[in-house]
Amino acid sequence: MASIDVEKVGKIYTGGVRAVTDINLEIKDGEFIVLVGPSGCGKSTLLRMLAGLETISEGQVKIGSRVVNRVEPADRDIAMVFQNYALYPHMTVRQNLEYGLKNRKTPKAEIDARVTEAARMLEITQYLDRKPRALSGGQRQRVAMGRAIVRKPAVFLFDEPLSNLDAKLRVSMRGEIKRLQRRLGTTSIYVTHDQLEAMTLADRLVVLNGGQIEQVGSPLDVYHTPASTFVASFIGSPAMNLVKGELQGDKLVIGPAIIALGAYAPTPGAVTVGMRAEDLRVVSGDEGMPFTVEYVEELGSQRLVHGLVGDQLLTIALSGEAEIAGTMRIAVDPARLHFFSADNGKRIVGTSEAAMAVATPSPAPVG
Amino acid sequence: MMDTKRTTFNNKLLPYLLLAPQLIITLVFFIWPAAQAVKSSVEREDPFGFSTVFVGLTHYKRLLADPNYLDSLLRTGVFAVAVTLLSMGLGLAFAAAVDRLARTSRIYTTLLVWPYAVAPVIAGVLWWFLFNTSTGIMPYFLSQFGIKWDHDLNGTHAMILIIIAAAWKQVSYNFLFFLAGLQSVPHALMEAGAIDGAGPVKRFFTIALPLLSPTTFFLFIINVNYAMFDTFPIVDATTSGGPAQSTNILVYKVYQDGFIGLNLGSSSAQSVLLMLIVMVLTFVQFRYVERRVQY
Repeated sequence: MASIDVEKVGKIYTGGVRAVTDINLEIKDGEFIVLVGPSGCGKSTLLRMLAGLETISEGQVKIGSRVVNRVEPADRDIAMVFQNYALYPHMTVRQNLEYGLKNRKTPKAEIDARVTEAARMLEITQYLDRKPRALSGGQRQRVAMGRAIVRKPAVFLFDEPLSNLDAKLRVSMRGEIKRLQRRLGTTSIYVTHDQLEAMTLADRLVVLNGGQIEQVGSPLDVYHTPASTFVASFIGSPAMNLVKGELQGDKLVIGPAIIALGAYAPTPGAVTVGMRAEDLRVVSGDEGMPFTVEYVEELGSQRLVHGLVGDQLLTIALSGEAEIAGTMRIAVDPARLHFFSADNGKRIVGTSEAAMAVATPSPAPVG
Repeated sequence: MMDTKRTTFNNKLLPYLLLAPQLIITLVFFIWPAAQAVKSSVEREDPFGFSTVFVGLTHYKRLLADPNYLDSLLRTGVFAVAVTLLSMGLGLAFAAAVDRLARTSRIYTTLLVWPYAVAPVIAGVLWWFLFNTSTGIMPYFLSQFGIKWDHDLNGTHAMILIIIAAAWKQVSYNFLFFLAGLQSVPHALMEAGAIDGAGPVKRFFTIALPLLSPTTFFLFIINVNYAMFDTFPIVDATTSGGPAQSTNILVYKVYQDGFIGLNLGSSSAQSVLLMLIVMVLTFVQFRYVERRVQY
């Protein structure tokens, strides 16, 4: 068990390529942190620096109270689960689990006890004497987890451990990882490019883009108050609608439509407006925005309707039975709008829910 | 097995025509001489070559009762094992060293492969010069440690000389295969090993080396065959089988008895026996050892 402090960490590869810039993170003991971002965002590099598989070019990393920049991976008290499992193909499952313990000169009885316990927990007891090649993908994944568990490390590191599994197995293994982590209470850092995996597993999400942190927060925080258009489009499925708009006083103009914002309007000018597909609803009469349907995706529980407002693409999520016409009018609660700077994509603070939370309870200070 | 593309020929003759060059070479240079060897191993020729008599297995019986032949067999065993161990050990050591290099590995690889391009007889002459008792640098160097090197008189020294010369040439070959093998060991496995608390040396012996076992097995066979079959020029250029038969390994004895001693029948019988030995060795190795290196 340990907390992890990441201070101003950066990575520059030989040849001058910068992969990671100025990462600051405080990870509490027992926390489940998910690093999420598109390929090449530096999430794996960051994880590998924590593991000691890559040197740390800038800043420092502390595991517990110890600075580990110059500590060998073996001595960092971590265990890692690799994307392709990295099981030793010439050893049986049991030998795979024992390897790390034997290297640390753990007494034989202790090794046996731990292997038995881990095998039972992961339901791989009957495969202990098989070689990895005789196992299915899911079973290999369990062995890889077992190899991490038997070591009883202070930190688990997961490098896209589920990406080689089929969709169904991925969902069930996801649940198991979460359950296991809760049960063991071990600080965990998990890298994935799958936003759904990130949302479901994390205590806190770290969204990375271009080697930098875009946002850190609980899954719901990140979902409901994305810090930038990047986060807004990356987290959530379908992706948040982002359209160009213009603020005029307390009105928002999106193409042909005008939305009255009431008290929520930030400073006037061009903005990027974010709307979650599920926050949009169909209205009757002349209310809301005109919406021309282009095509519909049926998900069973939902239908995703893609169409245009003016010349801008929008997706709305309707219930499975909702009726769809060629043109409809759609509206959104102004409190559910997200505003981002048209220049740099950053969230304009003091809007939407955050603004309400701050604005409503505080009366004007008595002067 | 992968489904490979299958080419069909409309002309029945064409496939045979295409195979012909290889078949003719094999027939003329391998099958025919081998058949000749088997034939002359059961014949006896008079000293002037006027007549030949069928003598059955006489040559074989005599050989197997001949202490000289059995002695040569033993020396060949020692030689083959020593050459194989030395050349594979060095090849592996070099491969492991180059594998750890990030940038200059190409240069080292190129340099390390050069000896393989040297003709065996040149390799023999090279080491003969290096170890030359009167002018060589190695005897001078060894004399600093009080060792008086003399492969012209000392049988053990002569054996060491041909082992070094033969192994030196083969190191390149082993190095290349080991390097390719090491580089195909998944990087993640070594990283997993590092996290599992194994140092570089331990990782090498407990992860990389076991994964290399198919390569090792293949090289073992190749090296034993090399040492038994292809080392004639090296022996010829350095010791000529001497002193006192101490480096007269089977493949050299075939030549010496046949072409120097002109005992063609016995020489043929020896070459047939040598061929059988290699066949049996290869068969045994593939049959029993291969099972344990597959996973």
